[in-house]
Amino acid sequence: MTTRIVELRRGILKKNDELAAGLRASYTAAGVLVLNLVSSPGTGKTAFLERTLRELKARGARVAALVGDLETDNDARRLAASGAPVRQINTHGICHLDAEMIGKHLDGWEGVALDGLDYLFIENVGNLVCPSSYDLGEQIRVVLLSVTEGEDKPLKYPTLFNSADAAVITKMDIAEPCGFDRATALRNINEIRPGIRIFETSAKTGAGMEEWLGYLAEARGVLQ
Amino acid sequence: MHELSLVTSIVETVSETLTALPDSSRGARVLEVRLRVGALASVIPESLEFCWGIVSEATPLEGSRLVVNVMPVVVHCAPCGIDSELDGVQSFRCPRCGELCGEIRQGRELEIDSIEIDDGEVKP
Repeated sequence: MTTRIVELRRGILKKNDELAAGLRASYTAAGVLVLNLVSSPGTGKTAFLERTLRELKARGARVAALVGDLETDNDARRLAASGAPVRQINTHGICHLDAEMIGKHLDGWEGVALDGLDYLFIENVGNLVCPSSYDLGEQIRVVLLSVTEGEDKPLKYPTLFNSADAAVITKMDIAEPCGFDRATALRNINEIRPGIRIFETSAKTGAGMEEWLGYLAEARGVLQ
Repeated sequence: MHELSLVTSIVETVSETLTALPDSSRGARVLEVRLRVGALASVIPESLEFCWGIVSEATPLEGSRLVVNVMPVVVHCAPCGIDSELDGVQSFRCPRCGELCGEIRQGRELEIDSIEIDDGEVKP
């Protein structure tokens, strides 16, 4: 028996990472800002995105959204009410979106071309674990946390919070009846992802949306 | 939760590596696969090991050992100018000065480091 060691030094998700790098290059070349929205189920990603799409459209921006769920096109139908093109991705049991799914759904998306967009939002499958490993080529990863979830969520799921570029707290309109401890929540997010931009929002009242939209415009400006 | 797809990818990658080896090593058997998994990689080593036997069955990896080396998080502290290993993933503060550190230098790895193979009979 002759045994020997062969060095590989290969990323386990190399295939996804390569596809994601290709997507990122095409987003940047088209001048479109792509955001990947991640949170647990029920945080209010869809409601937040509905409001964001509506407000951006009202300002004349060209927007579109891809939305991932295990089953149903309920979210796509909700988001399409904004007037923006929306495409549903059903993963049929897979707990995250990956770069291949994004590529496939961008190809042949009738009436939508990357270079005809200012912003593309990808609403990931509701899950605070798996989406953190899968790069979708996005320029900005946004983690959302609702006031009903508990201030220690960032400490319980540090991997995802640590991989985010921006954090959005949703449902601020019900913060008080929920006994939401704002200072602790902000501290915990910052403890896991030091220096991250945090937006305190309500899709219902529109609170915090101005600041959020300003951030988007600024981030898109950097692309140009 | 996606450990099964990770293990499938590892088995595919290692199998491809074997077919790319020189002729004399064709038919080599894999004894061990060593991974480097960062503490921030969202992967549970036990779940990888659980899937290992099933996925590697009827491949050149059948019967091999999976060794998972967990890489702790290393942060860079700008004020101190040093890199430090952290005990956990609950706080990203410099152990020396207590400052929050945004720069992660290690801990997100998810890679196949190396494999140990048995070439069998070396042909003359």
